[in-house]
Amino acid sequence: MLRLQNLTKQYKTGDLALKSIDLEVPDGQVMALIGPSGAGKSTLIRCVNRLVEPTTGSVRLNESEISSLSQYQLRKARRRMGMIFQEYALVERLSVMENVLSGRLGYVSFWPSYFRKFPQNDIDEAFRLLERVGLDRMADKRADELSGGQRQRVGICRALIQDPELLLIDEPTASLDPKTSRQIMRLICELCKERKLSAIINIHDVLLAQMFAERIVGLQLGEIVYDGPPGNLTAEVLTTIYGEEDWEATIEKVDDEESDTVPTSAVRAK
Amino acid sequence: MSAPRTWKRPPFIERPLLRWGLITGSTLFLAISIGTMEVNWERVAAGVPRAERFIGSFFPPDFTSKSTDIWEGIIESLWMTVVSTVIGILLSIPVGLGAARNLSPRFIYLISRGILAVSRTFPEIIIALFAVKLFGFGPFAGIIALSIGSIGFYGKLLAEDIEDMDPVQAEAVKATGASWFQWLNYSVQPQVMPRMIGLAMYRFDINFRESAVLGIVGAGGIGATLLTSFDRYEFSSSASILLIIIGIVMVVEYSSGYIRKWVQ
Amino acid sequence: MPRRQQGDSKIWQRRSRNRQLAIWFGQFVGVAIFVYCWQLVSENTIWMFVADAPRQAVDMMERMVPPKWSYMNSLWRPVWDTITIATLGTLMAVVLAFPIAFLAARNTTPSSAFARPIALFIIVASRSINSLLWALMLVTILGPGVFAGVLAIGFRSIGFCAKLLYEAIEEIDETQVEAVTATGASGAQILKYGIVPQILPAFAGISVFRWDINIRESAILGLVGAGGIGLQLSSSIDTVTWTEVSVILLVILATVVVSEWVSAKVRHAII
Repeated sequence: MLRLQNLTKQYKTGDLALKSIDLEVPDGQVMALIGPSGAGKSTLIRCVNRLVEPTTGSVRLNESEISSLSQYQLRKARRRMGMIFQEYALVERLSVMENVLSGRLGYVSFWPSYFRKFPQNDIDEAFRLLERVGLDRMADKRADELSGGQRQRVGICRALIQDPELLLIDEPTASLDPKTSRQIMRLICELCKERKLSAIINIHDVLLAQMFAERIVGLQLGEIVYDGPPGNLTAEVLTTIYGEEDWEATIEKVDDEESDTVPTSAVRAK
Repeated sequence: MSAPRTWKRPPFIERPLLRWGLITGSTLFLAISIGTMEVNWERVAAGVPRAERFIGSFFPPDFTSKSTDIWEGIIESLWMTVVSTVIGILLSIPVGLGAARNLSPRFIYLISRGILAVSRTFPEIIIALFAVKLFGFGPFAGIIALSIGSIGFYGKLLAEDIEDMDPVQAEAVKATGASWFQWLNYSVQPQVMPRMIGLAMYRFDINFRESAVLGIVGAGGIGATLLTSFDRYEFSSSASILLIIIGIVMVVEYSSGYIRKWVQ
Repeated sequence: MPRRQQGDSKIWQRRSRNRQLAIWFGQFVGVAIFVYCWQLVSENTIWMFVADAPRQAVDMMERMVPPKWSYMNSLWRPVWDTITIATLGTLMAVVLAFPIAFLAARNTTPSSAFARPIALFIIVASRSINSLLWALMLVTILGPGVFAGVLAIGFRSIGFCAKLLYEAIEEIDETQVEAVTATGASGAQILKYGIVPQILPAFAGISVFRWDINIRESAILGLVGAGGIGLQLSSSIDTVTWTEVSVILLVILATVVVSEWVSAKVRHAII
């Protein structure tokens, strides 16, 4: 379980990106974080694994207090949090396999990783994950030879091979076309269910958030303004979060040939 | 009816004051430069037959008469180049890492940038002059001079390449919990490697050309033999040495293009 | 293939065996060459001198301080000469490099069997020979002085500028040239309107860059008599007047710093 208490981030310029955030994410819950640009979504996610240092507040992952860890302990803690990025963030000149195995860097010491001699277990797990996402034929291709959707799937494998307790996902579908976006979101949710992982998904597409997440948290100007199930996301709520807009157009019926798992709440809100 | 609109191409520099200032300034500068350049035209005229002799000695060049001296000198230049390039590049890696703003704390950054600036200010031959005074005549002084020059050149370009790298790829590797060295090996190195290998070959090329000259101040290599051949007006030997130098540079250039393609 | 089946488990290696062997072999050869060369270094070095070097260095430093500031008065002319050599030399080189680059570029050369190889050879020859060597040759032929220095810098820089320039010419956007050709323009007009505008920024940048490097190179040409501050350096070292030497070094440092600043500013303005 992840618990954030009084989490605040203030930049040197004086901007308050996060204002006293209190949040609890129980095990196995897939939570979507929505909000306009500049609301602090990316900052919040990065404060959890301290890629951005919080100014004050506590970040607790199960029993450990992340915000007070030393550099060495922080590395160990980061292994337990898998992160998936908006622009896939694969190391382009390395092969798919090397990118996936780089998820194990926190578990393997320097010289074995330098010579790429990872334990057989890790290699088996890497192959297993690549098969699960349908990419096992691509293991030796260079990362920059893959399409956007394929790269994101490699990013997912990299995060999962860490055997994490929590997934931090930053706009996974921002650079993808609509169909691939749905495939990726579906994959993420299935994997979370299989492995009983909690996940915080930073997403700007409200419709996708409603379709796939169990819980939605709306952030605006560094504060939580909505916290509840996707069904309660009405036009008024969206106006509070994003501002005045024609929200009916966003919350429309989904016409997805492959999927018959469209949550009824999304349809009702029309 | 109003007068027809004309169009004139806008001048390169918009502000007239700046433009005219630059034009007058540079004309003045050129006039003074050329004026103060004292050319002894008689001496030049006397030199023409010597020039003809010099150019004539290229067809054909004489590779045989001083051959032992020449080959020894060339070989010496070559191994000087190898050693100084390797040492220079190895030493410039930590300095280059330190001089990258996105990598190191301000203190180390400033020191590294200082080291690079000092190594780059003086041409290698001046460093060689001092090295000869300190270490004695011979190729060791030349190697010191070339290594220092290589550190400045390579370290600066390495630092710039690191500063240009994609930060998101680096962030992702950090998020897995990798140690600093693992992070270097998995996110910095793959991004920086291709260009740096090409630059290493370029520096090898530069070092070889420099090593041909350092002998003039006694720091080893073919330079000393070349100097002697000019002093004694033995132009045929000079011609052969120059042609060998050109040949080796061509070989290095060709293989560097080949290696660069292979690395891509 | 970096992947193999071994019994039940799939093995993964970063590179296939052959490639790995090739890489190891290459590394082995590289190390062997280096060790061999290092041995040659040892043979040719009197290590006693090397060990003595730190003491010598301290000694030299002590003699260089304080710098003989009065010497500055006799340095103004040489500094001016150095700048003259660098500027006029770069100018000459740039003017000559322009046509040579067009002859050397694959897409603009009039004859790829004849003119192009010659142009490429001129480029290699010019840049293989250090400006100091050019100066040596020219001083022997034309006599000492700034003129020899200007020509030396010029001849050396032709190769550098022409090489970068022809690479820029080969990378131009052909569709722009096509467009101009389609209007029925003559060869010279195509050059002027289609090609030159594309390479002008690169051209200016290369020229200024080379000028900056040439300041450094001009400072040492005096060592062989081709004018500039190198002459003073040579004489001061010969007369072992270290206090003068330190002034000269500081002057060179200052000149290089200023020229780098100017060069950076101009290149910034061009971009």
